[in-house]
Formats: sequence, structure tokens, C-alpha cells
Amino acid sequence: MKSAVLVFPGINREGDMARALRLCAGSDPAMVWHTETALPAGTDLVVLPGGFSYGDYLRCGAIAARAPVMDAVRAHAERGGLVLGICNGFQILCEAGLLPGVLMRNAGLKFICKDAYIRVERADTPFTGGYRAGQVIRVPVAHGEGNYMADSETIARLEGEGRIVFRYTAPDGALSPDWNMNGSIYAIAGILNARGNVLGMMPHPENHIEASMGCTDGRGLFSGLGRHFAA
Amino acid sequence: MKARVTVTLKSGVLDPQGKAIEGALKSLGVDGIASVRQGKVFDVEVPGSDRGAVEAILREAAERLLANTVIEDYRVEIVG
Repeated sequence: MKSAVLVFPGINREGDMARALRLCAGSDPAMVWHTETALPAGTDLVVLPGGFSYGDYLRCGAIAARAPVMDAVRAHAERGGLVLGICNGFQILCEAGLLPGVLMRNAGLKFICKDAYIRVERADTPFTGGYRAGQVIRVPVAHGEGNYMADSETIARLEGEGRIVFRYTAPDGALSPDWNMNGSIYAIAGILNARGNVLGMMPHPENHIEASMGCTDGRGLFSGLGRHFAA
Repeated sequence: MKARVTVTLKSGVLDPQGKAIEGALKSLGVDGIASVRQGKVFDVEVPGSDRGAVEAILREAAERLLANTVIEDYRVEIVG
């Protein structure tokens, strides 16, 4: 798998992301600066990492979504290439129109930095082949704006087409407002686009990949991606 | 021309920041306020004197960047 990690000013998880891709997917990513107008030839997967691009000015991800490199990302997605956005990367994909909806201020107003339990709703996507459907994984979240929202028609379509890939749940996988920490509609933690090749999620699987981190539940995302391209 | 673009949350979209401000006003003892919704104001200078053309530029700016029309409405006005 040939991967590329986009780097915007104010992003801070690009190093973690590159390490996760190397360790778990066997892919040494190209680091691509936001002013580039093309992705390296043969790129299979583009990753938009987390952080605070442009200091979250205007709206989270709004300015990064209009960066020159995003036209290349859009073309890559239109060709069927994979795109993964995590945390600020998810916000950027929504602002860029590559995913529907918007990530609003957390319902409780506080920045949330702790482990979340998320249920993997589907294992038959290029991103989730490293998990079982229904599996609950523990992954850290660190965001102030992760409260997913879209109009009711979009939400019905996401649900009906099986495009809600991750949901916040209790450790046993039960849906509960107590565990839907940011107030997202339908406890949405991650969604796919209609074609199934663009995934956005708020939690950080790249931060639970080594025993020294206390948990390795995040590995499956990257190992699954690696296997998808090896197969 | 001096112009102003005002961006506000659509009605029905939850505004936790507005709610927090509303609560703070109550605790300050500023009475008589029923509710608060927070928005953004952009003061913009646009060369030219054709109102229609200036408004068109500002609407494009609002549609493409200043507002996220999934959750926000915007209003464009020429102020001088």
C-alpha cells in the first residue's frame, strides 16, 4: 500500500499517523505539504491527520478544506482512491464536502480528552477489515468539536445505507447517552461516503497501537488497510 | 464599499455556546433576556461602487467559505 499523510499548518498528529502506518500497515507514507497540487504517483491511501489546522480559525477544518492539495484529494477520491480523515481530518473532509454533515461544538461544551468505546458496525469496508462487525474497541478521543450533525434526510441515508461505521457505546457495546460523550446524533463516531472509499472518524486509533500505550485496539484499522491492498 | 456579512446558526440547530452565554447573563443579573444565539460578523471592504456586483462577491464569499450552509444562514449588507 502506498500511503500519503497530508500536513497542514497546525496539524499535530501526523507523526503518530506515519508511525501507525509504518508499524501496523507496513507502509512508509509520503508526507505531503498542503500547498502541493498533486499527490505522489500511485498513492492508494491519503490520510488527513488530527490537530488544529489553521488554529481552528473560522470553523474547525474550514480553511484547510480549501487548501490547494484538497483538489488533488478530491480527484483521488473520484478515481476511487481511499481517503481517511481522523479528528481534525474528519472535520476537514466534512468542510470540503467529501463527507456530509458537520462537527459541531461538543454538547457539554468541554474539550474531551479520554478513552472512548466505539462499536465497529461493519467489517466489510476497506478500513475495517481488521475488526469483526459488532466489536467494541477502546480508542482515545481529543476534541472540542466532535458533535456530528446533519439534516434528517442525510442521517436517514447514512443509517439506511450502512454508512455509519463507528458509534460511541458503553464498553459492552450498548448504546447509551452516558457514553455518547460529545452528543453526536445517533452516537456517530465515524461515517463513510456513498461510494465507500472516504472514511471520517473523531477517535484516534493511531494512539492505541503499541503495548506501551496501554492498549492496541487501534491496530486493526491500519493492519486491515494494509491487508486490503495486499489481497 | 464597506459591507458586512452576518453568519448565524439556522433555527433549530442547537447552540450550546449561546446557551452558556445566556446562563452567564442570568448569573450576572442582566434580567429580561429570553434567549441568546451566537453568530459571527465579517466586516469586509470591497472596491467598486456597483451594489449588485459587490453583493454578488459577498454572497460567493459566504457560500464558499464564510458560512457552512449545512448549519448556518448568512446575510449580506452594504454599510457604506
